[in-house]
Amino acid sequence: MARKKENAVVLSQEKIAEDIYSMWIKTDAAGEAKPGQFISMYTNDGSKLLPRPISICEIDKAGGSLRVVYRVTGKNTGTEQFSQMKAGDIIPVIGPLGNGFPYERAEGKRAFLMGGGIGVPPILELAKQMNCEKKQIIMGYRNEETFLKDEFEQNGEVYISTEDGSAGTKGNVMDAIQENGLAADVIYACGPTPMLRAIKEYAEANHIECYISLEERMACGIGACLACVCQTKEKDHHSNVNNKRICKDGPVFLSTEVEI
Amino acid sequence: MDMRVNIAGVEWKNPVTVASGTFGSGAEFADFVDLNRLGAVTTKGVANVPWSGNPTPRVAETYGGMMNAVGLQNPGIDVFCERDIPFLRQYDTKIIVNVCGKSEADYCEVVERLADEDVDMLEINISCPNVKEGGIAFGQDTKAAETITKAVRKYAAQPVIMKLSPNVTSIAEMAKAVEAGGADAVSLINTITGMKIDIHRKSFLLANRTGGVSGPAIHPIAVRMVYEAANAVKVPVIGMGGIASAEDAIEMILAGASAVSVGTANFYNPTVTMEIMDGIEAYMKEQGFETVSDMVGIVR
Repeated sequence: MARKKENAVVLSQEKIAEDIYSMWIKTDAAGEAKPGQFISMYTNDGSKLLPRPISICEIDKAGGSLRVVYRVTGKNTGTEQFSQMKAGDIIPVIGPLGNGFPYERAEGKRAFLMGGGIGVPPILELAKQMNCEKKQIIMGYRNEETFLKDEFEQNGEVYISTEDGSAGTKGNVMDAIQENGLAADVIYACGPTPMLRAIKEYAEANHIECYISLEERMACGIGACLACVCQTKEKDHHSNVNNKRICKDGPVFLSTEVEI
Repeated sequence: MDMRVNIAGVEWKNPVTVASGTFGSGAEFADFVDLNRLGAVTTKGVANVPWSGNPTPRVAETYGGMMNAVGLQNPGIDVFCERDIPFLRQYDTKIIVNVCGKSEADYCEVVERLADEDVDMLEINISCPNVKEGGIAFGQDTKAAETITKAVRKYAAQPVIMKLSPNVTSIAEMAKAVEAGGADAVSLINTITGMKIDIHRKSFLLANRTGGVSGPAIHPIAVRMVYEAANAVKVPVIGMGGIASAEDAIEMILAGASAVSVGTANFYNPTVTMEIMDGIEAYMKEQGFETVSDMVGIVR
């Protein structure tokens, strides 16, 4: 016992692309945070009670702060309320939550770090902390608004795909791998389910160790409500059925252990 | 001042427990809540065999609350007895095991199995709106509710709490029916069946189409039903439904609840039960109540 919902403080807020915002917050969660983990963010609006699980984009342990980069999902949404917050505002959070990426598995290997859409942000802290022989960062965007690209470039070789072909390879991250003739021994990925499904298939066909970060609607974020389950190949020890909890057992899973 | 309450012969150290399904088996909240402080821990519903639950999405946010159709995913009674009961027994709190089933035989099997286990009370879930068979089928008909209560009572070694659904015409009649069947206590309300549609995707938000609405938005409905049930039966009523603060809990007690369960609020404020216990105590001090039972049902 000791954990609780915490009143974090907004340090800065910036719009970095259409509907995409970057926020730094001062929070105790920074102390233990790892790449690939997330925080539950809460609105200050009593009509919107559930947490918004948002992945951690950057960790500043010394400064006790975290960066989240998130998408505003529509009008009158909780994420829209987050986007209107200013430095000094209070934002309730719980975190860090989830397991995070096992980045030590990449040591001495050629790695793919792959992000798509709002799955791009958690890859930044991963890229910063990972030590590997070849760090190939492959990011998929909708259009030329390639947010965080400059920051990725300081941390590895960057390859871009865009749906409309306005930057990098036209198509998706798998097209970028093919066009650039890239290869890897280990893969880390976060993004929409169709993208993760394609990466999982590619990894399994080529016998590559692959870690994917999943998302699902959550009510608690701490493993109690059983809302955010994913299907597993083997029976899970906690649920005693073929379900794992994305918030607690994930969000990062070995691709071979889950069915998506 | 005395926070203790006696529910069907079982003494709780205070009137606060948690609503089944919102607190796992307790272990999930051990980082947030001192489980020793709770009057009782009510566990996630357990069946005779493991249940996989419903497809996702299983939850959606609603105005001032949420909707769920988890579908009673549970590891089955064997794992529950091996793992969850010993875990909870480390703490100085009462254990209420919530039991779910698809048929009378399912319920009885679990209840019989628990007769030899070190647990304090049983709560029989005849009110889950999210499973097709069983559950709610027993909870919307007075005869069926009385029959299932009688059946489980035969096998039960611990006091039996029947958990009632709000999705009925008369909660008073349902409470009377289970009392007639031998229930030692009743708990209410379970969630209210609802539906939410995504207008952009033009589809249901929950994979199950319908789900149970819970949270602060349903609290006044729960207070009204607790009031009606408490005035209809002699057995104790455990009140729940949208309790998110000490004030909400006190309201429920004044309406007739002998104890309260905190549910959905645990999800978005994991330490809320401790705030509620402190708040009830402060209210009793301020208002000069010596015991919790002095407050029960005094608003008439």
